[in-house]
Amino acid sequence: MEYVSPEGLRIDGRRPMEMRKLQAEIGVVAKADGSAVFEMGNTKVIAAVYGPREVQNRSQQLSDQALVRCEYSMANFSTGDRMRKPKGDRRSTEISLVIRQTMEACILTQLMPRSQIDIYVQVLQADGGTRSACINAATLALADAGIPMRDFVTSCSAGYLNSTPLLDLNYVEDSAGGPDVTVGILPKLDKVTLLQMDAKLPLDIFENVMQLAVEGCKAIADYIREVLSENTKQLEYRRGL
Amino acid sequence: MLHNKSFVKKTKSGKITKNVREHYLRDDIYCGVTICKVCDSSAARLSGSASSPILVLDTNVVLNQIDLLENPAIDDVVVLSIVLQEVRNRNLGVYNRIRALCSNSARKFFVFSNEHHKDTFVQDMAGESKNDRNDRAIRVAAQWYKSHLGGAAHVLLITNDRENKRKATEEGIPAETIEAYVKSLDRRDLLDLLVRPASEDVNMEEVEDLRPSKRKVIYAEHKPLSEITSGLHQGIYHQGKLRVNRYNPFEAYVGSESIGDEIIIYGRGNMNRAFDGDIVAVELLPQDQWHEENSLSLADEEDEEEGVHLVPGSADDAPRTTNLVQSAAGPPRPSGQVVGIIKRNWHSYCGSLEPMPMPAGDGGVAHALFVSKDRRIPKIRIQTRQLGNLLSKRIVVTVDSWDCLSRYPSGHYVRTIGEIGDRDTESEVVLIENDIDARPFSSQVLACLPPLPWSVSSEDLANPIRQDLRHLLVFSVDPPGCKDIDDALHCAALSNGNFEVGVHIADVTNFVHPSTPLDDEAAQRGTSVYLVERRIDMLPKPLTEDICSLRADVERLAFSVIWEMTPEAEIISTRYTKSIIKSCAALSYIEAQARMDDSRLADPLTTDLRNMNTLAKIMRHRRIERGALTLASAEVKFQIDTETHDPLDIGMYQIREANQMVEEFMLAANVAVAEKILKHYPLCSLLRRHPTPTKEMLEPLLRTAASVGLDLDISTSKALADSLDRAVGEDPYFNKLIRILATRCMTQAVYFCSGDLTLPEYHHYGLAAPLYTHFTSPIRRYADVIVHRLLSASLGIYKLPAIFQDRPQLTSIADNLNYRHRNAQMASRASVELHTLIYFRKRPTDTEARIVKIRSNGFIVFVPKFGIEGPVYLTERSEKGGGEWFVDEQQQKIKRMDGSISYGVLQKVNIHMEVVEPQPNRPKLQLNLV
Repeated sequence: MEYVSPEGLRIDGRRPMEMRKLQAEIGVVAKADGSAVFEMGNTKVIAAVYGPREVQNRSQQLSDQALVRCEYSMANFSTGDRMRKPKGDRRSTEISLVIRQTMEACILTQLMPRSQIDIYVQVLQADGGTRSACINAATLALADAGIPMRDFVTSCSAGYLNSTPLLDLNYVEDSAGGPDVTVGILPKLDKVTLLQMDAKLPLDIFENVMQLAVEGCKAIADYIREVLSENTKQLEYRRGL
Repeated sequence: MLHNKSFVKKTKSGKITKNVREHYLRDDIYCGVTICKVCDSSAARLSGSASSPILVLDTNVVLNQIDLLENPAIDDVVVLSIVLQEVRNRNLGVYNRIRALCSNSARKFFVFSNEHHKDTFVQDMAGESKNDRNDRAIRVAAQWYKSHLGGAAHVLLITNDRENKRKATEEGIPAETIEAYVKSLDRRDLLDLLVRPASEDVNMEEVEDLRPSKRKVIYAEHKPLSEITSGLHQGIYHQGKLRVNRYNPFEAYVGSESIGDEIIIYGRGNMNRAFDGDIVAVELLPQDQWHEENSLSLADEEDEEEGVHLVPGSADDAPRTTNLVQSAAGPPRPSGQVVGIIKRNWHSYCGSLEPMPMPAGDGGVAHALFVSKDRRIPKIRIQTRQLGNLLSKRIVVTVDSWDCLSRYPSGHYVRTIGEIGDRDTESEVVLIENDIDARPFSSQVLACLPPLPWSVSSEDLANPIRQDLRHLLVFSVDPPGCKDIDDALHCAALSNGNFEVGVHIADVTNFVHPSTPLDDEAAQRGTSVYLVERRIDMLPKPLTEDICSLRADVERLAFSVIWEMTPEAEIISTRYTKSIIKSCAALSYIEAQARMDDSRLADPLTTDLRNMNTLAKIMRHRRIERGALTLASAEVKFQIDTETHDPLDIGMYQIREANQMVEEFMLAANVAVAEKILKHYPLCSLLRRHPTPTKEMLEPLLRTAASVGLDLDISTSKALADSLDRAVGEDPYFNKLIRILATRCMTQAVYFCSGDLTLPEYHHYGLAAPLYTHFTSPIRRYADVIVHRLLSASLGIYKLPAIFQDRPQLTSIADNLNYRHRNAQMASRASVELHTLIYFRKRPTDTEARIVKIRSNGFIVFVPKFGIEGPVYLTERSEKGGGEWFVDEQQQKIKRMDGSISYGVLQKVNIHMEVVEPQPNRPKLQLNLV
């Protein structure tokens, strides 16, 4: 299968180093402390954050830091075929864990001992790169909730097909069976907090692919910063400042 | 700009799903015309001037007229991405060719991604078919080019679709059919390359006039695809690849998974216009029609007949006669008829035109029949304007269509190779027929070579991975005149009475690095091809004949396997290392043999040779004990005139002890390397296996043997080897003949990737070795290059290239190697056949021959002296098996009715060989009983 034509266009018309269209909105769930919708092309994810609040299950309470919990799910209508997916299957559990660990790394948990922060993310429409989109949405929702963080976490995936590193794989490219590198970074601190790949890739190629994903993360960070500052301006305006 | 495409699609399991895909429209796609001022012209290909138009092609033009497009006269072409997409869905072969054209820097073909350009993308309209939408997209793109370039260049839409042309003209886009365009170019030779449209644009009267009798339906209509799919689903039809019998084009086989057996298809009517290699749907005939076709007769119809050919080297080359066996035991095999063709395997074919008188009125269009060299291909009807020119030429022709009204498929002329009967032309035909790339190496490939003159550098000497073995007495033994010496040997007596024996193989991978153009080219070629008068190298000449060749008295890099052996040839230790050697002598087999036999010589080299020979004999004996087969082949050797390249003499290839000695150590090295690489890389090693022949395959051998009162035990390879040894008759040639017959019952050994099969399947039957690979000829076989890389990685010298982690790719490499290897063999056989014909043209000969097979009107003889076999007819071909002779199948004898004369299998007969020309330009070798 030809994923990159000799003219240098991918199946959907992007060039190898181009991301899909980004779109984000903050404050979509009024009841939550913070919420956001994040879209990468046709992948659409909603995130809601509750907390910091009292720990519901006392036995889990931590005396020196906040408890971060995360729940990832896919809406039944998120893929074309309506499949009833059991809650808490292996894939969701794994992604929940990945998101929790990634977010925990940037939240200043020691400032909020004996409290709990809940992050709910749900995929509304899946078209590849849901993991990255969830992390980006969670970052926005956490910021919206005003939870103290070291930096944003932004995430982006990159793959390697037809001997070309490709940024931000969509579903068709993702299911091609090639390697899929998901990277999460703290853009200001320039640190990697998440790196996942479940395929074999020679080291030198891997470095290129990962570098591409990091570039993608940085571009997303710029966009998120823009969205947040726009949101802050709106808040200022509403408060009449 | 973003746009979402939405479409519904049926999944494999039959569910209907709605798919939504993103579709980005861009503004950075350029027109590719050099004179354009708006666009970025860095990648521009099209010159574009007011005089010569820029051509925008419609899909049907690309699909049908690819031969024409490949002609350099057609240039300045815009290929739209929608056209490419349609072509790919319809015909992958054509797609690859048009892609090659687009990437060829010498041609001005430019791909314009109209589907992603913001101005040329078209929305689907309600009620519009896919085809109409694509036609509209093509018109929109042509229109865009026209307005984009303005007056600077002329744009012409080439389409053979009438409706499309009409609409284009309405919209103000200049449009032409391809015929009209070619005619306007005023090049008569191009017109022959044109494919005639199926019916619409051709003057029907003319066609009818030319073949009035053919206007009736000859073949059954193919079933529509929907019916085939549902039929396959219900199990009424069976799908498989059609393979036409190489020796009888009226018989074909379809290997079907659904019934687990081969379905036989008799006759062109049942084959229903299917070609060899097509994927077809077959319907089984009712059981009572599973008749035995008259497989006993030598020739079936008209002028199709069995010719004289080389003795097959293995079961893969041999004619299939299994149905004969079946008649004796068990029910007849299922036979069927083709109801539809799922995928065509049409490509171009080499051959010549059937001789015909020149039509009156020169210069007009003539219809001619093309006869392919490949007998499996039916005759092809072509139209030509240069008939007089082509009659005596070998030409290449492509098939375009075959409708059920016509007995023969119709095609068109592609190019001329040369004069029929000319040696160079015929050699070229051999190469084309076997898909062998004999083009000179490209400049990119040659750029990968080290600078010449090359010699071992001090860096090589200082390299810790390379052991300095220059002090050893290394020598090579090869056929006389061999220039690509890839193996050398040494044998040194150790102080403890043991011997150190080394096999040194040219270190090709030191020069051929993975994923360089040189490596890609070698992987594609797969093997060197040896024809009688020339050699087509896998690697460029400087490598094969100089840098890698282990010539005498020069320092060369090598990859060595070194054993310590006891005088009883027991291996004590095995060592693998890269090395530097200096060969002291490049001997021929004859020289080596002479040295060993000459008792007066006692120099160190001769002593080494004798020691080696002693060891080799023990090893050989042990190998035969294990059950290795000594199979004979009817290989022949030509003596070629150095000036004219005509064959001067032919004779059987003589095998000496020296050959066997070298062979023995090469086998040992291959086995040792196979063990080593498999230990380190159990999943991605490249090995070679030889499947155990099944009982059915050995059946013809057993029947022949039984008819001469010989009982062969085929239970194991050891038993077979022993009973072959016992098979001695009063005739000194008897044993060899039986061995040759045994060889042709076996299949060929094949390369495979170790991860694809289980350990018991790795077995090499012929050598009785559990593991085997090819390591010893990296100059002429790519498999050895791969094995060299594996071995050096297992020694920790180099990293394993990334490709070894990709098993499907490794499997496809192994498949390509098998394919190339087989083609190379077929090509050398064809080349030998060709030279045999040239040889006998001037020398009609009487010689003795053996009968190997009985037919109803004659028998097949094998001529040991020249290694060929062919039919001898007892009766005239016209009176088929006419009365006088009858066949005793049990005893494999053909007898005269009155019992006066009878001929049996393996009987010696005297024959006369001579070249006759039954039709002009078609010489063939004929055998007659003396």
